[in-house]
Amino acid sequence: MTAFTFSVLYLALLFFAAGCVVRAVMYAKQPLHLRWEIYPVPHEEPSRVKHGGSYFEELNWWKGSHKSYMAGELKVMVPEMLFLKALFEFNRPMWLRSFPFHFGLYLMIGTCGLLVAAALLGIWAPALMAGGLGVALHALYMAAGIAGTAMALIGALLLLVARLTDDKLKTYTVAGDIFNLVFFIAAFGVLAAGYLTRGEGAPGPAAIVAGLLKFQTNMEMPPLMAAGLVLCGLLAAYIPCTHMSHFVGKYFTYHSVRWNDAVNMPGSSIEKKLMEYLTYKPTWSSPHVTADGKRSWAEVATTNPWQGEKK
Amino acid sequence: MSDRAKLNDMSRPDRRPLTHLKNEELMPLPVPLDSPEKDHAWSILSEKVVSSVECGLDDTCALNIPQPKTKEEEEALVKKFLSGLDKLFQKENNWTFLQPLILTMEHCAKCQTCSEACHIYEASGNNELYRPTFRSEIVRRLYFKHVKHGGLLSAFEHGDVKVNWPLVARLAELAYRCNLCRRCAQTCPIGCDNGLVAHELRKLFSQEMGISSKECHDNGSVLQLKVGSSTGMSSLVVKDNIEFIDEDMTEKTGVKVETPWDVEGADVLLIHNAGEIMAWPENPGAFAVILNAAGIKWTLSSELAGYDSINYGLWYDDAQFARVAIKHAEAAKKLKVKKIVLGECGHAHKALSVIADRVLTGELNIPRESSMTLLRDIVMNGRIKLDPSRNDFPVTLHDPCNMVRLMGVVEPQREVVRKICPKFREMEPHGVDNYCCGGGSGFAIMSGNNFQDWRFHVSGRKKMEQVLNAFADCLDPSINKYICAPCSNCKGQFRDMLAYYEMWEKHHILYGGLVELIVNAMVDVKPGFIEWDWH
Ligand code: SF4
Ligand code: SF4
Ligand code: SF4
Repeated sequence: MTAFTFSVLYLALLFFAAGCVVRAVMYAKQPLHLRWEIYPVPHEEPSRVKHGGSYFEELNWWKGSHKSYMAGELKVMVPEMLFLKALFEFNRPMWLRSFPFHFGLYLMIGTCGLLVAAALLGIWAPALMAGGLGVALHALYMAAGIAGTAMALIGALLLLVARLTDDKLKTYTVAGDIFNLVFFIAAFGVLAAGYLTRGEGAPGPAAIVAGLLKFQTNMEMPPLMAAGLVLCGLLAAYIPCTHMSHFVGKYFTYHSVRWNDAVNMPGSSIEKKLMEYLTYKPTWSSPHVTADGKRSWAEVATTNPWQGEKK
Repeated sequence: MSDRAKLNDMSRPDRRPLTHLKNEELMPLPVPLDSPEKDHAWSILSEKVVSSVECGLDDTCALNIPQPKTKEEEEALVKKFLSGLDKLFQKENNWTFLQPLILTMEHCAKCQTCSEACHIYEASGNNELYRPTFRSEIVRRLYFKHVKHGGLLSAFEHGDVKVNWPLVARLAELAYRCNLCRRCAQTCPIGCDNGLVAHELRKLFSQEMGISSKECHDNGSVLQLKVGSSTGMSSLVVKDNIEFIDEDMTEKTGVKVETPWDVEGADVLLIHNAGEIMAWPENPGAFAVILNAAGIKWTLSSELAGYDSINYGLWYDDAQFARVAIKHAEAAKKLKVKKIVLGECGHAHKALSVIADRVLTGELNIPRESSMTLLRDIVMNGRIKLDPSRNDFPVTLHDPCNMVRLMGVVEPQREVVRKICPKFREMEPHGVDNYCCGGGSGFAIMSGNNFQDWRFHVSGRKKMEQVLNAFADCLDPSINKYICAPCSNCKGQFRDMLAYYEMWEKHHILYGGLVELIVNAMVDVKPGFIEWDWH
């Protein structure tokens, strides 16, 4: 049973990572699109970010050198990732449900990190772990784990209730959305129940993670706890297959679309890519496009089907 | 609220509209437009229209798609739609917007944050049909089912919708109930873009099915490529008209005005939205006065499309867009000018400066600049003498989305207005958070059937509210008020909407561009450039 649980966890993590990479690669290898930014663009000069301005505000802008301010991006990205700032600003009722859910997840992920660190330290430097550091780490992962699971569970429940009762969400809610939330609630609920009902002497989170790292299959795990772990593993593997992998998508929507104000300077790598795209052969079938699958975009764009015609 | 539209209603086989807007259900407006009973009644679509074209969406009809006569015809159209949908997701056909489109399809969390940001949704009294995600959700379901060939599991995960001709016809109309202002996209926590979905749908209909608005296509980009301008003016006619404007301006300003044509090697090729020349001649006139006074070496071009900056392809068709952008660049290349400066036209700004940046390569990649920047330089650096007391009336500034939220030209026009208009007040919200005037994406030039009713009651409503709020302390008709809208398209919307609500007659609210305000304050020019009584 423990061997099965551990195998599921390893495979799930692998699947999760591979799924995210596949998605990221799928987005990254799309052609460079036409510019489609929305202001404010936070890597603009700080004096311009304040009002959402761009380098187009400068006279003869192409003569200036345009620095990209990473700090400006971080100022937007960090609060957005950690605290869901856009939702806080533009949709407070949703934020009240979504923030605990997401922050709970972050805490749970953080807990896993701490548990792995504790387990590794336990293996490599047992003396260290026996002292104050061990006590501190234990307190930290317990607090983060309990708070995280509680927040994620409450958040998921609140989101589920909203999806089922709020008219404006209901129209767009599909079976899959309900399933996803129920999946979260079930996985975290069972895990929490497993932990709370575990018997005297049953391995705790630290022992389980240490066991997982050593693939110690003779460990006796309470069945409910094992079920919770398997569910969590399956959930992790499932996420990249769904829109819930928006943490991957979001990187691209922000950096490649919303904030992408890169100028096509003569001779630049952008120009090189464009030259390639202009050789693509479209097949749009409205006659005015004059695309027949043999003519390139360059030919289509330089064709004026009405040249010389009178009004 | 009248019946709330459901996604599946889109495939309802009958041709009855899915929603009906009532004045009393729309977003309330402030004084003096605060009583829905006194608001204009909507004109009803004629029997002929209802029985011959597709108008099963709402109370209006933008596209006049003929009703197919047979089932086979319907099926063929649906097939074509689906082949177009496929092409939207192929790099050979749609490299231009593929990445953002896929991201929007894959990652919407259906949180509806974007809805609150959409002026059309809000103004309609939160009518479900106009929710930014309504149209996107249909497209998303079609994408998973027909492009990604999802089966039952996919339908479970993403939902399902039945595709038939009524759905396709309604979707075409629904693509024209969005201003493409992308205010919704600005607020989406994920970065999805419902404005883009409307844009891509329009493209699919145009590039695959030949369905588009007559005003944007036949009378717009086609006419521009045929004779040089969507106004129908050939280069001979436009030169004649400008000559007439020069004479008129000379008389009006007391300063000799001469517009240079086709000057090789000029520093600036100025391209106006040619609509200005026809509808607001004082705008190109004022540009000439300012540029001459500031000693700029500038020129207009008489090349095909070189004298009309509009690029309607931006709203519905990549091929048309690229063709016109290339014509603009060719005109500049021929004259060997140092830069192109775009006159007061929001979408022309974005089209040529931002979007065409990844279309124009090699010698066609000639620097493009906003006239707002150039004007700021002239005004703020004292290159002309100005007397702000000549503009001693309340002024508010409209931010054309295409120039501001979508291009980041926010401050230059403000610096000018702050300097020369002592009674300037902002609309709220403004700058990159502005609301569209309601005429964006072609609506300002679209008035077939009763489309104007929709554009004044719904898409322009939020802007009307903002204008009334900005002038709430001075609505009295004895005080002249000025909405500065540095965009031809927005001016078209203001002209029509202010007339509809009799805002000049009853409250003396006028609209106009930025250059008119500048010339009105020029010391060397006869006072009274802005003609309040011209109406
Ligand atoms: S488009 Fe963005 S804001 Fe709108 S529902 Fe989807 S995720 Fe939410
Ligand atoms: S682009 Fe503008 S009009 Fe269109 S859905 Fe978004 S906010 Fe509404
Ligand atoms: S018409 Fe004006 S306000 Fe409206 S979208 Fe165009 S630029 Fe924006």
